[in-house]
Amino acid sequence: MSTSSRHELTRLTLTAAHEGLSEGHFTATELTQAYLGAIEAAGDLNAYVLTTPEKALDMAKASDARYAAGTAGPLEGIPLGIKDMFATEGVRTTACSNILKNFVPPYESTVTSRLWKDGAVLLGKLNQDEFAMGSSTESSAFGAAVNPWRRTGSAQPLVPGGSSGGSAAAVAAQICAGAAGTDTGGSIRQPAAFTGTVGIKPTYGRCSRWGVVAYASSLDQAGPIARSVNDAALLLRSMAGHDPKDSTSVDMAVPDYEAAVGASVKGKRIGIPREYRVDGMSPEIAALWDKGAAMLREAGAEIVDISLPHTKYALPAYYIVALAEASSNLARYDGVRYGERVPGRDIVEMYEKTRASGFGDEVRRRVMVGTYVLSAGYYDAYYLKAQKVRTLIKRDFETVFAEGIDAVLAPATPSPAFGIGEKSGADPVEMYLQDVFTVTLNMAGLPGIAVPAGLSSEGLPLGLQLIGRPFGEEGLFSLGQVIEEAAGRFEVTDRWWE
Amino acid sequence: MSVDQATVRRVAHLARIAVTEDEVAHLQGELNAILAFVEQLGEVDTDGVEPMTSVIPMTLPLRADVVSDGFYAERVLANAPASEDGFFAVPKVVE
Repeated sequence: MSTSSRHELTRLTLTAAHEGLSEGHFTATELTQAYLGAIEAAGDLNAYVLTTPEKALDMAKASDARYAAGTAGPLEGIPLGIKDMFATEGVRTTACSNILKNFVPPYESTVTSRLWKDGAVLLGKLNQDEFAMGSSTESSAFGAAVNPWRRTGSAQPLVPGGSSGGSAAAVAAQICAGAAGTDTGGSIRQPAAFTGTVGIKPTYGRCSRWGVVAYASSLDQAGPIARSVNDAALLLRSMAGHDPKDSTSVDMAVPDYEAAVGASVKGKRIGIPREYRVDGMSPEIAALWDKGAAMLREAGAEIVDISLPHTKYALPAYYIVALAEASSNLARYDGVRYGERVPGRDIVEMYEKTRASGFGDEVRRRVMVGTYVLSAGYYDAYYLKAQKVRTLIKRDFETVFAEGIDAVLAPATPSPAFGIGEKSGADPVEMYLQDVFTVTLNMAGLPGIAVPAGLSSEGLPLGLQLIGRPFGEEGLFSLGQVIEEAAGRFEVTDRWWE
Repeated sequence: MSVDQATVRRVAHLARIAVTEDEVAHLQGELNAILAFVEQLGEVDTDGVEPMTSVIPMTLPLRADVVSDGFYAERVLANAPASEDGFFAVPKVVE
């Protein structure tokens, strides 16, 4: 297949590809072959850490048979990439860590099994920060993923954000029709904003965490990264739903999210939180935020200034809660039941050597801080204090929702994508500040969608974020669509990697 | 609060991560940077505030106490670095 005929198929949105398949314009096998060719040509992006071409073609063939039999599912024949946090049966799953480099799960995560049940096709596993700990995908054991976007007139490689950076890069480069990611502090929304794609973190409990590598269990949620709001709605509808195997998964019907795309937002009250106007916010981001408010106002929404007074404490509280939970969750990597083992004189030395060799620098740092804040004498000062602050952060949102605010509009990130190596200096906190606008939602369990809304002066995508009430995803899809219609979609025009 | 090098070694041992002497000073700096950053929580008045236990109000579901899964030891052991006779194998832990 020539590059141009391949691109005719891969440039279709998921929604358009599904329509083309349903109407018989092309087959799932042809679509999958086009993506496999595009992936092969995109090695420079390092977005995939594993491709599964044979499995993909088998799944596509089965999809074609179901189209012929009239039993096609809602995602039938749609080729997807999956973040390496999701266990995929018989397909190596590493969380991009050396400690799991040969792990082949004997089971499938609930979220991915829902996607396959609805007919989707697995193209491969996507790059990420090790154990989802990072905001740039530089901490992957497979090396950094690269953003398909470049600054105008520059060939400097930029990060795709993180931790779901491989997912966002792959969606933006059109080497998958959509992707499944995970978001603990912003790991879906920040990379979506850096790559001009749409990403939604649903309400805590909306998607099952079963079979997803655990980072911080009270914050982790799965969600899609996609090329349009409608594509994200289609994916989330398949991913969400109750699962008895995750005790925090809610038993609530999953709405038809696609029906909410294009619904009127007239009369919706949108809060603009003054505390998000942080010191040093770039004038470009501030202008984008105003532009987003104007787009929603134009569509009939009412814009209201609000206050979320504990905003500035969300990030420090997050770094206590998340790291404490991580130190506990990652205790399982001990070289006994799975993963790599480094022998020692006795079992303790075996544990210590195994973990020293298997974990990268950022993971080691986070596990150690988490261990410290949970250690005897410090638990109350750090962990208990952070959980109290978390109650206050959630209360801030409850207060504005009770006053009639339907959703909150904020920037997704403090800046556009930065260069590889630019923020990996001596102070880890510099990278942590990437999550300043996204982390509050994880702390409060709320849903949030990142939608591209413009380009920076250097030609890089910028995203806005809408934050909803608990289980208010439908409203976010309606509001996100307003922004997408007003701002347009953003495609990489210079396909330099091909 | 900040940590000294002895604390870094103690925490590394609690976390079961071997650290070399060269790494201790470096880790001390990084850990202290993170701890200094979270220090600002001290400004927040949390008197009488309940710590969060569940971000979405829900009761823990219970299921019937019956065996519903299992009986595939070979799959459970498939990724083990070492196994013997249907068990995980580890260095001797009892003298």
